[in-house]
Parts: sequence; structure tokens; C-alpha cells
Amino acid sequence: MTVTTNVDGISNRLLDLVPAAGSPQTRKDFTSDQEVRWCPGCGDYAILATVQGFLPELGLARENVVFISGIGCSSRFPYYVDTYGMHSIHGRAPAIATGLAVSRPDLSVWVVTGDGDALSIGGNHLLHALRRNVNVKILLFNNQIYGLTKGQYSPTSEQGKITKSTPMGSLDRPYNPVSLALGAEATFVARSVDSDRAHLTSVLRAAAKHPGTALVEIFQNCNIFNDGAFDQLKDRTTREDHTLRLNHGEPLVFGVDSDRAIIRAADGSLAVGAATDPAVVVHDARATDPTHAFALSRLTGDSADVTPIGVFRDVDVPAYDELVNNQVTEATDRFGDGDLMALLNSGDTWSVD
Amino acid sequence: MSEQVREKETRQVDRVVIRFAGDSGDGMQLTGERFTSETASFGNDLSTLPDFPAEIRAPAGTPAGVSGFQLHYANHDILTPGDAPNVLVAMNPAALKANLKDLPRGADLVVNTDAFTGGNLKKAGYATDPLSDGTVDDFHVHRVPLTSMTIKAVNAAEGTDGLNKKESERAKNMFALGLMSWLYHRPTEGTVTFINRKFGKLPAVAAANIAAFRAGYNYGETTESFSVTYEVAPARMAPGTYRNISGNVALSYGLVAAAELTGLPLFLGSYPITPASDILHELSKHKNFNVRTFQAEDEIAGVGSALGAAFGGALGVTTTSGPGVALKTETLGLAVSLELPLLLVDIQRGGPSTGLPTKTEQSDLSMAVLGRNGEAPLPVVAARSPSDCFHAAIEAARLATKYRTPVILLSDGYLANGSEPWLLPSRESLPDIKVTFATEHNHTAADGSTEFWPYLRDPETLARPWAVPGTPGLEHRIGGLEKADGQGTISYDPANHDKMVRLRRAKIDGIASDIEPLEIEDPSGEAKVLVLGWGSTYGPIAAGCRRVRARGMKVAQAHLRHLNPFPANTGDVLRAYDRVLIPEMNLGQLLTLIRARYLVDAIGYNQVRGLPFKAAELEGVLEDVINQ
Ligand code: SF4
Repeated sequence: MTVTTNVDGISNRLLDLVPAAGSPQTRKDFTSDQEVRWCPGCGDYAILATVQGFLPELGLARENVVFISGIGCSSRFPYYVDTYGMHSIHGRAPAIATGLAVSRPDLSVWVVTGDGDALSIGGNHLLHALRRNVNVKILLFNNQIYGLTKGQYSPTSEQGKITKSTPMGSLDRPYNPVSLALGAEATFVARSVDSDRAHLTSVLRAAAKHPGTALVEIFQNCNIFNDGAFDQLKDRTTREDHTLRLNHGEPLVFGVDSDRAIIRAADGSLAVGAATDPAVVVHDARATDPTHAFALSRLTGDSADVTPIGVFRDVDVPAYDELVNNQVTEATDRFGDGDLMALLNSGDTWSVD
Repeated sequence: MSEQVREKETRQVDRVVIRFAGDSGDGMQLTGERFTSETASFGNDLSTLPDFPAEIRAPAGTPAGVSGFQLHYANHDILTPGDAPNVLVAMNPAALKANLKDLPRGADLVVNTDAFTGGNLKKAGYATDPLSDGTVDDFHVHRVPLTSMTIKAVNAAEGTDGLNKKESERAKNMFALGLMSWLYHRPTEGTVTFINRKFGKLPAVAAANIAAFRAGYNYGETTESFSVTYEVAPARMAPGTYRNISGNVALSYGLVAAAELTGLPLFLGSYPITPASDILHELSKHKNFNVRTFQAEDEIAGVGSALGAAFGGALGVTTTSGPGVALKTETLGLAVSLELPLLLVDIQRGGPSTGLPTKTEQSDLSMAVLGRNGEAPLPVVAARSPSDCFHAAIEAARLATKYRTPVILLSDGYLANGSEPWLLPSRESLPDIKVTFATEHNHTAADGSTEFWPYLRDPETLARPWAVPGTPGLEHRIGGLEKADGQGTISYDPANHDKMVRLRRAKIDGIASDIEPLEIEDPSGEAKVLVLGWGSTYGPIAAGCRRVRARGMKVAQAHLRHLNPFPANTGDVLRAYDRVLIPEMNLGQLLTLIRARYLVDAIGYNQVRGLPFKAAELEGVLEDVINQ
């Protein structure tokens, strides 16, 4: 276990408001005494281990870290991390986290949610957290199924899925969380895979560095109700040919032999071509216009036989909580500290002797 | 101009009820508010009742689009905005149509004759002109060409160049205000100052409004239509400093005060909804009090963000009306389970569903007390008058923070928009409700080590410790799943659940001993009938009681601030009377709670017309019950 305190220089102007740990931390510091109760083999275990392994690297005072979740298998997550935490109600974690983050800039606030929690019942809150750019980090465990309610299709399940509630196949068209987030002009959007510890850690690191809302979609295997949903991206034999690793400033090349690439077609859209093509696109996660990131998000196993993982977009604009607190400071500078009795006596008053 | 020599007869009266009515775009609310300010600064006691349509610009000229403002003021303390107007100002035929039924015979009626055109009569639903077909024969009619005289006055005034006819005409409400200010001897300086301030950036508009206001005032003096003016002497009120205040502003100030008194920063998470939005507007002006206001994406996010802020140690508040309470219900349940302080302010309006957004009702009481899944008790507090909203907010915050519980504070549309003079409290008179957070471990494990148990209760209040993030050593996880008594970890144990359900109930029930006992007002000490009320019916009930007492009958009055739990002496009070009458602006929600809890065969009197009870109406009801 590596023990570090912020050696990688994970910092930003908002993270700097959170007190640092007094001494080096280990994964154990972030492990609660609660017995973990996911199904054996569930992808959530790997994600938990990666997050617990990453948190010491952040180097924040443990008591200033908060995990908030909604309802679902993934939402049990806060019970297992020895920080402050709240297991709230279905879909509402982003709203609750917003109130906490806005009123406590000295906290590092994380939301743990799933595809049903964030994209179905809580879709509205997710959208608004993303567009406001509240300083919370949202980890969206996408297993493309409802686990806790025992196997109904979710808003990310593929059309035609046979589940308990859709014996003749699901009819809804699924949506793509990354496209959705980019449509809301989220300032940080990334994707990773539960089992790829190194990659997930790198994405968590980038998310933590980002001042504002970070949405991290994590493909998570539900081995009970939707086993193997992401096998193409996990199986050693297929992985490299179907995974596009996004690295800012680098050409979008992939494949076992690095011979395939993303090229810009004549109509401006992105397509898969040869790595030798002069039209190979260089990834720019910092572009203010989300068009490039959105075009990348449209590449999927179904549409292009390749799925991008990594950071799609990472742009720095003022965070909502920053702006709220700036107004409080500005009002105080302008009008002085509030004086209750002066407030009550404001307006037209008169005296009776 | 108020110093002018008066040539007309002045009559002294004890009280006046005046109603302004016009199109929603005619500025009637502003006119009413200005008249109220003039009256307040003169030292009368007063009570107001704005009444406006839900649409911002309802179809012009139709009775549905009429906006009204009623003001009752007197030389003595008064309790209601008045039953029937002594004078009605009708700016157009629709306003006449919508309000004439409330006007008693012989009352003064001021009509803007310019608006009584064929088209307007038709829109109002008049087949013939009511001013000439006998409709208004029973009243003292003053026919005033208000629009044309306004335009003339504006054109003649200096500094109004560049205004077109429509813009000039818009000042006609100030003409009406000027005329009424003359008729009732109101001071006028405040209004001139107000106009200059309001239209500071539009000097021509300011000049037009002042010209119209003065012209209206002078018109009274010169026209032969008015032979008498009225004077109401200032009321004898308790010494101190006063201001006029509406319920929503008082409630906002109460929240700011509660934040200061608890020592917590105020966080308001809210979604705009009539008639609660003004609290969001008001609080957003006071960020220098370390107030954060968050206009959320929906009602659920409003309460969710407030709960999140409360988890972080803020005074978390959400403001809404009935439909919003329905949406916030699940989060209230979570707050009950988390045992965190949270304030939900419900400015009740007519229901069900969207109902009557701008009309008042008391029909959310059952929902407030009982409307959650599972056994989810929480304290319910209600304000009784506009200025009382200030104190009710502080009391709600006291209970929320002391008992670590969500609290519902009930106000309603009548209190929210109505106003009254408020004797400003001193800083020292406000309660000390300072909050302390947990900072230490509170439990010793078997091996002698210490730890933090988030659900270990204070033996007296049964409240759990409030440990906020950032406190080292007290890291803990809480959630909506049932928790083990004390330790607070997830527990599905049947006996533990039974215990926790009872503990949460006992905690709320225990508040009964920490609140003021129910007070009885019975000057005779011999009454056999008790009227029990809650919320905004306080004024009309008290006024009704005064009326029957003045006629030699005996009646006792008690009014509940706390609807859950009830004060400890409630049962004894109820059982001390032969008959208990409970008037409510719903179909008997308190009545049901009282009957179920105390097995007292109370009698309900109920109406849901969207308007407060009238004193005369309750007088009649009381008389019937007393003589039963
Ligand atoms: S149901 Fe699926 S997602 Fe839920 S714990 Fe089991 S394996 Fe994991």
C-alpha cells in the first residue's frame, strides 16, 4: 500500500479550502467497521477498493470528506467508507449534496449513485447539478440494470432487454449518461471501468483536481442480474480492440497494434479509421465548446465497435458554490455584517410613547 | 398639502373599511399598500387583506381579472381586515361587478366613469349600464372621471414631457389614492417620497404619479360630490416602536433572527410557489446575514438541499405551499429518520391539487401532522397573525434544533400577504436558543475504548447528538434505513425497530412539556362555551368573541400555536367546558384530531371560500352555540 499525502499535487482553488490530513493516511483509514453486503462478485467491491485506495492520495482530513448516496445497490457505498456519510433517498443525492457543498466549502463532497438512481428517478437533480457546476464529485455506477429491486431494466439498458418487468423485451430507448451530461454542459465528464483499477484511479484523480461538478460514469458489472454487460471492454482478448483511451492532447489511436484511430469524416462527425490517416483526431478535453466531447460520446460498442474511456471534458469555469459564497462576501462588504435589530427597524417605523 | 384648510365637514369615526378594486394591471395592490403605509404612520391600528387572481394579467376588464385590496383601520385595536367596506373604489365595471355584493347599503361607492364604456360593460357581463339602470341606487355613488382627469393632470404637470397617453393614464391609481387620502385625512408626505424613490430612474413617471396623486387629493376638496370627510383618531397602542409588516416579511425576519439566536448560518432551499415565493425574495436580499438562498430545480431539491445544509450544521429551511409539501414529504420522512433539524414552511392555499393559488385555506393541517409514510411524527407550529409569523418562525427553529427534528411551520395566504402594525421586539426579549454541536466521543466500548454513537440520546429531550462533518473523530454514516438504538448502524431487528419507532414518537410527544400551556381568554370566567382555533383564524375568532361579549354573552377563547404535540393542558381545558366550537377554513381537520385524541364531542364550523372568516359570521355561529 502506498502512503502518500497529496504528492501528486492534486489541488485546485476549491480543494485548497479543505483542511489537509495531519499525517499520512492509508486505505485502512477509509475503511469502516461495517460488513460489506454486496453480492459476492459484484463490481461494486472493486470500485470501493479503488476509491479507498485513492483517498489517501488526496490527503484531506478524513473528517472533511463526505459521501452522499441515494438508493440502490451502489448507494450502500457510504456505509463502508469511514468518513462522514449519508444514505439518503432515491435520486436525491445531488440535491442534498448541493446544499451541503454550498454551505460548507471546507468539505470534499462525493455523490455515489447508480443508473436508476441518477438517470431515472433522480434525472432532474443530476442535470441541474451538472449545469450549475456545484463542487461535488459524482460517481455513477452504471450496471444497466436495477439490482436492488431484483432485475428490472434501467434507463441505460439496451432496447429489447428481457427482464422481469419486460418478458417480451424492453421498449424504451436507452440514453447515454456521458452524452446526457455533456448536453447539460457538464464541466467534467469521464468514464471508467470497475475492474481497471489503474484507469479508474487516474480518472478519480482528474475528477478530484477539477474545481466543479465531476461526473464519472463507471461501468459496473452486476453479476446477478446483468452479468457480462461490459465483457467486451474487460476480456483480455477483446479489450484493446474495443477500448479507446482518451488522453488529453494525444491522438485518438487504439487497437492491439495501435493501428486503428478516430478520424474526422468529411461531414465533421467522428468515425473509426486507420491510424495512418492524416485526419486522426487529437483529443482536446479542455475545449470550451462541448461539441468534440459530445461527438466522442456518441461512439459506442454498438455504433462504432469501440467505447471511449477516460476524460471526455475538463474545463474550468467558476463553480456554483464559489459564486454563492462570493455573493455572501460581496453583500457583507457592501452592507456590513447583518444587524438584526437594524433589519427589524428598517422601513417606515413610528413610535408610540 | 395635508395642511390645507378644510372647508368641508369632518366627521369623527371609530373605524373605516376601505376597498380598492380594479384590473390586475391597475396597480390596486400598490395603491392599497400606500394607503396602509399612510395609515400606519398616522398611528391607527390596522389589518389588511389583499385579494388577487392567480393569473398575472388575467383577461383585462373581466370579473376574473379583478384585483382588490381591503384595509380596516381604527382608533382602537382591531383583529380583522373588516367584514364589509364603508367605501369601495371601483376602477372599472368588472371591479364593480365583482365587489358590489360585499358593499352594505348606504356605503360610499367611488366609480371611474371613464371606464364604463360599452366594451367594458360587456366584458364585465353588464347588459345595461349599472350606473344608470338602478343597480347602484342603494349606495352613495361618487362618479369620478378618473382616467381623463389623470391624463389632464399629468399633461399639465411639469417634467412629464415625453409620456404618451397610455403612460399618463397608468397613474390613475395614484389619483384614486389621492382622493381617498383626502377623504380620510391621511398624511401624504410618505407617498410622495415613496413615488420619488420608486421611480427615481424615471423622473417623468415619478412626476406623473405625483401630479395624479395631488390632483386626486385636490379634486376631493373642490368637487361637490363629497360633502363630508372622515377622521379616525390614532389608536391607543402600547408604547414602543412600530412598523407595518406582512406575514411573509415577518416570517423571513423570524428566520434571520432564528439563525442569529441559534448561532447557525441560514440556508434556504426553495422553489418558487405562490404564496410562499416572497420569503425567498426577501431572504435573498439579506446575504450579509450569512444567508444562502438556493432557488432549486424543484420542490424536492429545495428540501433536499436544506437537509444537506442541515447535515453540515446550517439552519436548513425550505419554503413552499401545499403542492410543494406533497413533493417534499419523502425528504421529511428522511429527516425524521436522520433526526436532523429542518424547517418546512407551508404557506397554505386553497387545495386540493393546484386549487386556489392566491386564496387562503387551512387545509394542510392533516397532511402536516399525519401525511408521511411510516410512523413519522414531527412538531407542527402555526402562526396566528402577520406579525406573529416572526415569533412562530423562532419557535419552530427552537424545536427543530433542540430536538433534532424536522418541524412544519404553517402560515397561510391571508397571513402571508395581509399586514398589521408590529410592536418591534427588543433583542433581549428574544429567546436564547444557542445550539452546540457534538465534539466528543460519547460511548465506551467493552474493551474500554471510546467511540461516537450518533443515536445515543439526551435522556431529557431524547434528542441525538448533532455531529457535523469537519469534527475529527466523530465520522459516522446515517441514512433512511432503520438504525440500531444508540449505535446508529443499520438494524433490521424487529424489537429494535419497535423501540426506535416508539422513541421517535416519545421524543416528539415530550415536547408538550416544553411549550407554553394553552391559554384561555374568558373575561367573565363563567363561560360554558369554548372556541378553539389555530392559525390565521385568531383575529376573526377574537373579533367574533368580542362581539358576543359586548352583547352580554359569555364565551372563552383558546388558540393553539402547537398542533403537534398539543400543549400538555389541552385535554383539561377542553373538558372544562360544556361545548367546544372549532372554526376552521377546512372541513374539520383540527376537529378530527381533537376528537380522536381527547374524545371531546367538539362542534366544527367550517368554510373554504378562500377568504378569512368574517367577525359577524362567527358572532352568529357563537350565538347559536351559546344558546343551544
Ligand atoms: S444485485 Fe447486482 S449490483 Fe446489486 S449487489 Fe448484487 S451484483 Fe451488485
